[in-house]
Amino acid sequence: MPSLIAIDHGPCALQASGAWTVTHVELLERLCDGVSGERSGPIDLSGVTALDTVGAWLFEKLARRGGAGSSEPVLIGASPSHSGLLREVRELNKGEPARRRRPNPFVDRLTKMARDLAADSVAFLHMLGAVSIALGRVLRQPGSLRLTSTVYQLGRVGWQAIPIMALITFLIGAIIAQQGIFHFRKFGADSYVVDMVGILVLREIGVLIVAIMVAGRSGSAYTAELGSMKMREEIDALSTMGLDPVSVLILPRVLALIVALPILAFLGSLAALYGGGLVAWLYGGMSPAIFIARLREAVSVTHFEVGILKAPFMALVIGLVAATEGLKVKGSAESLGQQTTASVVKSIFLVIVLDGLFAVFFASIGM
Amino acid sequence: MAGHGIAIHVQDLVVGFGDRVVIDHLSLDVLEGEILGLVGASGGGKSVLLRALIGLLPKRSGQIDFPASASDEANRRGVLFQQGALFSALNARQNVQFPLREAAHLSPALLDEIANAKLEMVGLTADDGDKFPAELSGGMTKRVALARALALDPALLFLDEPTSGLDPIAAGEFDSLIKTLQQTLGFTVFMITHDLNTLAAVCDRVAALADGRIAALGPLPKVLKSGHPWVRAYFHGVRAQMLHLGA
Repeated sequence: MPSLIAIDHGPCALQASGAWTVTHVELLERLCDGVSGERSGPIDLSGVTALDTVGAWLFEKLARRGGAGSSEPVLIGASPSHSGLLREVRELNKGEPARRRRPNPFVDRLTKMARDLAADSVAFLHMLGAVSIALGRVLRQPGSLRLTSTVYQLGRVGWQAIPIMALITFLIGAIIAQQGIFHFRKFGADSYVVDMVGILVLREIGVLIVAIMVAGRSGSAYTAELGSMKMREEIDALSTMGLDPVSVLILPRVLALIVALPILAFLGSLAALYGGGLVAWLYGGMSPAIFIARLREAVSVTHFEVGILKAPFMALVIGLVAATEGLKVKGSAESLGQQTTASVVKSIFLVIVLDGLFAVFFASIGM
Repeated sequence: MAGHGIAIHVQDLVVGFGDRVVIDHLSLDVLEGEILGLVGASGGGKSVLLRALIGLLPKRSGQIDFPASASDEANRRGVLFQQGALFSALNARQNVQFPLREAAHLSPALLDEIANAKLEMVGLTADDGDKFPAELSGGMTKRVALARALALDPALLFLDEPTSGLDPIAAGEFDSLIKTLQQTLGFTVFMITHDLNTLAAVCDRVAALADGRIAALGPLPKVLKSGHPWVRAYFHGVRAQMLHLGA
């Protein structure tokens, strides 16, 4: 056990002994804090049995406090094996510790948010421009399209996504129908559930749910892939070979999403109508023939157009956000996780904002 | 630390994967307070031996003892991994503070002071402490990793190719840093290295690993005279050079 004893007589002011190591650091800090400021003079270290950097630094701090200005050594009697460490520590932490600025949390956060928003918008537009240029090049020379890559991506984000998309939209359609029947029955208006399910699914829910699922499923995958390629300098390697990473990596992915999302939205809407019809039959007692007949009256091609027209634009936003966030990844694994999260959150947010804008637009042109 | 006891005692160690035996009945004593350099062919089991010594790989049979570190305090071991293995979510200072924080209850002010002191010991500045591992150059990563390995003043330090990936000047500085710190803090070093300059400048003894055993052991001049064919081939260039210089 270490100790630090004040001595009133003799050449030394303080006498230290025991093990001054990190194991006893709590006790040591208390001992050192207990030394009053005016007690200056040499410290006798002859009783110290073990010393590490922490202990040596605490002695050095005591010495600097007590013997400020005096040139003679204030630590005496240290054993030869400890004196090297004490000498080393004397040279450390010389500079006045830079006061860390206490930021104003609210204002700083707000300015950071505003700056991030501006930077994000610029990065998004930059990516839109880069993809447009790459697309323009492909339109002029269709042979330059990376067809294999596009088809492969289409398989991943389209074909492989069908079962989960169909299942989710089927369940959503069924739930909407069940809720509609349950509440409309109070007014004797059960049959209007067909109108509600039909219009809601075709105009909004079908495409929106599918777009959100795609953002979570495929957008995050794009960000993680591009991000890890960035981390391992694969993207830099592509550039040095004279290839444009946007045409090689990003355009095929974005095109695949733009093709896949309307198809998924279409299949999803079918599954949702199927789920709604099934519930109307089993829970509401409406035979399938009547459901289909009412559905034909309730919905028109316009409703379907309104829904499906939005899909490619949502796909474009998801793809661009995923690519932008992927390229923002820096060296660390943590940054990869952060950007993947940001990609999903931002693309879902933008998809919903876009849906709202489209609602205003279609209302004003009377669709 | 001056006593020349044994820091690591390895007896008949066998380590292997599946039906491949990598370390085959290896025996080795690392003396207290020395710097021992381990050389060996790539894929020859140097890293396997190191990982077995620090307990990351299970041994098939044999003994690994740390006779000098009977007490808990001396038992602490620092390891410098080849790529640094800094925690990417923490900045350099927090990386150095991490072992301290886990081992003892230091006040935040003292924790900062000690971490800055360690960073200065390895030749960095307190400002470097704010940088994240992704922002550090190769040499700085090694230095921060060394500071972290030294955080608890270990009695035993394991280094896995400390100078690989550094230019000759940076490697030379790192070598002398290790030597200086070793003289000041008095720890024992077990290092894997391919750097012949490191072997010549820093290591008290050199152990050559071949066929899963120690083929030659001793100060560099003695190892150079070894008759083992692999050792002869490995040191061929140096031998010629040293003979030429009359060493």
